[in-house]
Amino acid sequence: MVAVQKSGTFQFLVGKVNEVLQDAIGAPIRYLANWGRLYSLWPVHLETACCSVEVGAAAGSRFDMERFGALEAFGSLRQCDLLIVMGTVTRKLAPRLKLIYDQMAEPKWVIAMGACAITGGLYFDSYNVLRGIDDIIPVDVFVPGCPPRAEALLQGLVLLQEKIRKSQSLRGV
Amino acid sequence: MAVETEYVPDADKIMNVSLGPQHPGSGHFRIKLWLDGDYVVRAEPDPGYVHRGEEKMAEYRNYIQNVPHLERPVILDSCGILFPYALGVDELMGNKVPPRGQYLSVIMAELNRIISHMYFLGIYGVFMGHTTMITWAMGDREMFIDIAERIGGARVTFAYIIPGGVRNDMPDGLKERALKTCDWFDKRIQEYEKIFLYNPLFEGRTRKVGILSRDDAIRLGTTGTVLRASGVNSDIRKDEPYSVYQDFDFNVPVSNDGDSWARLWVAIEEMKESLKILRQAFTKIPDGPVRLKLGPQPRVPAGEVYTRTEAARGEMSYHIVSDGTPRPYRLKIGVPSFKNMRVLPHLLKGCHIAYSANLLEFEFLAGRIG
Amino acid sequence: MATTGQPQPQPAPQAAPATAPPPTRATELSNRVKERFPDIVVDSMKEKRLKITTSSQKMRDVALFVRDALIFDHISCVSGTDYIGKNEIEIIYFVGNLSQPELKDFVIAIAERPKRDNPVVQSLVDVWPGVEYHERETYEMLGVNFQGHPELKHLLLPEDWSDLPPLRKDYNSPGR
Ligand code: SF4
Repeated sequence: MVAVQKSGTFQFLVGKVNEVLQDAIGAPIRYLANWGRLYSLWPVHLETACCSVEVGAAAGSRFDMERFGALEAFGSLRQCDLLIVMGTVTRKLAPRLKLIYDQMAEPKWVIAMGACAITGGLYFDSYNVLRGIDDIIPVDVFVPGCPPRAEALLQGLVLLQEKIRKSQSLRGV
Repeated sequence: MAVETEYVPDADKIMNVSLGPQHPGSGHFRIKLWLDGDYVVRAEPDPGYVHRGEEKMAEYRNYIQNVPHLERPVILDSCGILFPYALGVDELMGNKVPPRGQYLSVIMAELNRIISHMYFLGIYGVFMGHTTMITWAMGDREMFIDIAERIGGARVTFAYIIPGGVRNDMPDGLKERALKTCDWFDKRIQEYEKIFLYNPLFEGRTRKVGILSRDDAIRLGTTGTVLRASGVNSDIRKDEPYSVYQDFDFNVPVSNDGDSWARLWVAIEEMKESLKILRQAFTKIPDGPVRLKLGPQPRVPAGEVYTRTEAARGEMSYHIVSDGTPRPYRLKIGVPSFKNMRVLPHLLKGCHIAYSANLLEFEFLAGRIG
Repeated sequence: MATTGQPQPQPAPQAAPATAPPPTRATELSNRVKERFPDIVVDSMKEKRLKITTSSQKMRDVALFVRDALIFDHISCVSGTDYIGKNEIEIIYFVGNLSQPELKDFVIAIAERPKRDNPVVQSLVDVWPGVEYHERETYEMLGVNFQGHPELKHLLLPEDWSDLPPLRKDYNSPGR
């Protein structure tokens, strides 16, 4: 037994079986998991600045974010998996934003909405504004605009779903 | 219910809770609460999560470059907040804005008042757990955004009212559509009253909650809807008519109850008055140019002005100090919600924690300071 | 489109402001102030604004006079300006009034000018309780100390702010 285990042929065989199994089971499971995540995005309710009115409009009845599978933003942080950073992040908010991101359970995605969240935008020379949030948290989708129209936010959401659909790992991105 | 806390709370039992900055209300604002059981013993607001240093930035930009970032602090009411700035610069320069420009700025300010109040209604409903209210209010708000978009070219940030007039003229054929929308909304408001305002469940949660007396309202320096809901007849559009407001016929809704319900009632009544103004403005609007040509970098004579207008949330004021250069020497923004914030600790004290949500209604546009 | 059309003769819908105040009101008010405090400067910023400039010692008395005798009871705004050339900081309280209908459009500005190196002034929280947060904002934005303020600490800036107060003229934004 011991001798057989050490033999190279056996290891090769196990490796091969593993690969086949991963392909046969892993791929459908991954597909299923991604598909499930794709249409049940729960955003965190974090209105950091003025872009939040367009999120309000996108969640409202004309644009209706829910038909793309993103629910209204009224959950606990532990259940949320989408963080939409709606605009300017000030120096006072930055540590809290990081904390909120860390408290969310994996898998989690971030949309940076508005010029302010991307580069600081209009407030590039303000003493209290962070120049882009990707210094403190990883960002998946950037939605430019000041504020982006509700349609642009929806497009960002669809792009994010595209990204999730192609995700290779079971832990999310 | 607001209960007078006459007793001295047991210091050991007091619990310190921090509400926010991430909470299911207006996200960018924190209140520190000291609780005894579920009564609030003390409350302390902690704003500044959206402080972007606009007053300092204004000193680096000239009077025209200042327009876009000055409308951001209260973005829902972006024309209402720019109005006193334009008035102030016009006053310093001695500009006489053409009448059509004045009418257009009034139209946009009133459209923005409705848009802002509708958003307020929606968020207020969500605070109460009334989801119908947010879907209705957000949907109906879009009708007015459509009109405003055709005039100003954007959905929320118009940068429309500028020193010397307004940025551009309104398109042809908008008048009929606007009047039609006004008629439609007049009927629609009655449904709002039936379903929300006079809904027994809703009344139960808002009547006699957070009562603010007339004296306190004046003493603490509140403005706008809060002041009018406490029985003070104060509206700067009437008291100190600016632009062309003296041409219009409208009322100032005042309630004597001073509670949470009254503040909502005042907001709804104000929308009706705004519809009246809009109708008159669209029918009376004269022809002519809409702005003066000031050039990209107008020189403003040295001087100092203090202008105030009635924005959607209350008294919006600017203190502009000019030293004769193209840039303001000092520009102070007085945002209505910041003025109303002083009332929050006063009202929350002795109140049930569950009711703190409807008191947060004040803050819904606030925190957006400077 | 930019400005439309040629300036034609207009139908002149601009009715002459019907509520034009009698010119005596501002002078009347300023006379009353001057009567009580003969040595302070009173000038009008425009017809509906009165600016009283006083010393920091007199400030409290003037404020109480404006509140109790002139009945200006509603605080509208508190602003501060750093005049670096004159080595002074100007603090202005804008006070409106809601109790006298005929003076509702009037705003009185009460200004004081402490020295810039060590600006210490008296807080007016007990005169108008509404100024509490305005004074806190002025404290952190301009570094003015308000004596007698119940809770003078940071309001808007981050807790760890250790630079100069941002609205001082010698503070430069990092982006500039
Ligand atoms: S991008 Fe524009 S609208 Fe969005 S938060 Fe920044 S300034 Fe406001």
